Amino acid sequence: MMPSAKTPKHLKLRPPVAAAAPQTGTGGPAKVEVRGLNFYYGDVQSLHGINMTLADRSITAFIGPSGCGKSTLLRVLNRMYALYPKQRAEGEVLIGGINILGPAIDVAELRYRVGMVFQKPTPFPMSVFDNVAFGLRLAGGMRTADLKSRVESALRDAALWDDVKNKLNADGRSLSGGEQQRLCIARAVAVQPEVLLLDEPTSALDPISTLRVEETLESLREKYCIVVVTHNLQQAARVADVTGFMYLGELVEIGPSREIFTSPKNRRTDDYITGRFG
Amino acid sequence: MNRRVFRKGKNAAFLLLSLLATATGLVCLGAILWTLLTHGLAGMSKHVFTEMTPPPGSEGGLLNAIYGSAIMTLLGILIGSPIGVLAGTYLAEYGRHSRLSAIVRFINDVLLSAPSIIIGLFIYQIVVVKMGHFSAFAGALSLAVLAIPVTLRTTEDMLNLVPGGMKDSSAALGAYTWRTIISVLYPAARSGIVTGLLLAIARISGETAPLLFTALNNQFWSTQLNAPMANLPVVIFQFALSPYKDWQDLAWTGALIITVSILILSVSARIVLALIQSDGSRGQ
Repeated sequence: MMPSAKTPKHLKLRPPVAAAAPQTGTGGPAKVEVRGLNFYYGDVQSLHGINMTLADRSITAFIGPSGCGKSTLLRVLNRMYALYPKQRAEGEVLIGGINILGPAIDVAELRYRVGMVFQKPTPFPMSVFDNVAFGLRLAGGMRTADLKSRVESALRDAALWDDVKNKLNADGRSLSGGEQQRLCIARAVAVQPEVLLLDEPTSALDPISTLRVEETLESLREKYCIVVVTHNLQQAARVADVTGFMYLGELVEIGPSREIFTSPKNRRTDDYITGRFG
Repeated sequence: MNRRVFRKGKNAAFLLLSLLATATGLVCLGAILWTLLTHGLAGMSKHVFTEMTPPPGSEGGLLNAIYGSAIMTLLGILIGSPIGVLAGTYLAEYGRHSRLSAIVRFINDVLLSAPSIIIGLFIYQIVVVKMGHFSAFAGALSLAVLAIPVTLRTTEDMLNLVPGGMKDSSAALGAYTWRTIISVLYPAARSGIVTGLLLAIARISGETAPLLFTALNNQFWSTQLNAPMANLPVVIFQFALSPYKDWQDLAWTGALIITVSILILSVSARIVLALIQSDGSRGQ
């Protein structure tokens, strides 16, 4: 199913009608619903009419060339963009049935429910324990014993407990790069968010650490609605139940990873996954 | 081959010039410290720390001046540094791109390089004249005004050095900006901000001009903030210019005391910071 070599590069892509609100068929019930999402950096529109539904207890990966808008899409889901001036989103993003783009939404509370892990590990300047407890202490009202058990289970979830159980008082910054990234994952899952967003979580890591992080994601699949942005196609194929291909700010195609990687419906997707561009 | 020799020669010439420049700086510094030590130690005795500044020709010390300098420097930094640190925080975190910040940043740069005598005159005009007399409080205020721009600038610079991802991560956990600043950014920038405070202390503890117009001087023991207070810089200024040998010796001793106490303060602050840091990162 090779596409014609003469496909013009500027070919204007529209998301196929069938992809308007694709039911992905894996995992639990719908957790995140995006309807008619447009995003603007100042006057420049960088997301065009995104529609999609993400299931609970599943991993969704977004792939696409640099600048295609996949990180932007992720930053809409916890309204991270609101920290920066002149960035705005239009449309509807329903998480648990509530439109998070609405004016009455408390962004701090939203971000408490929608966790995020960044490309570079960002341990806080405090002990391993305090790093993981950070979000829990923000919420407050937790007894010390409960706090300890929540921190331990978060570190276990992130497959980091055995590495750090004897140095919980060590500075988070003293861990290795891979450990730091799993620490950040533990920190994000400690508050038991409804959705977990990861923005190229392994691109700054070596292959062994990458493998550990991927295993961590596998084990978290049962509990969360996980969304991963990645440059690594193999990674998407390995860990994601559902994969979405983005190009020039549009969600070209989204569906079960097996289909996307073996028999994509869109020619541009096929070009990308077969390495013709990107 | 010729070209190669020429390039090697150029390299040697630059190396020599920069070595010379470094040596000049170090020799000047060494000469200053040496002069200070030899002259200052000559007048050093236990009387310096137990007796008041004397009239010419009689025994005396610098106790009132040491106390006055310590009190006014402490008060100055207590008043000035919170303003500097909070304003620096505003510039770095809340109002990074705002117009107000640009204006404040510019004014702060002007203040940073303003001659300290101007600050003294300013406080003289708005405090001393209004109160009708010189006072230690006015002295402390003028030192506070000098401490603000130093702490403001270093706080802003140090907060800007904290990786943006750290701030985003904290926000992504649902922390409000104030919480991020206190729990994440201040600890991350701690050693830099403390360095700024030390710089400010070093700067204001040796200032003479602003105190001449505000705290003036006092030959006697006084703890009244409402009255003129003795202080090392003004005592040094008066005694050094006097024709009396014993006064001149005391002036040298006073200069040595200021220098050594700043040195001790800086070194001990570094040690404390290093201890805190290594306590937090035993795994390293």
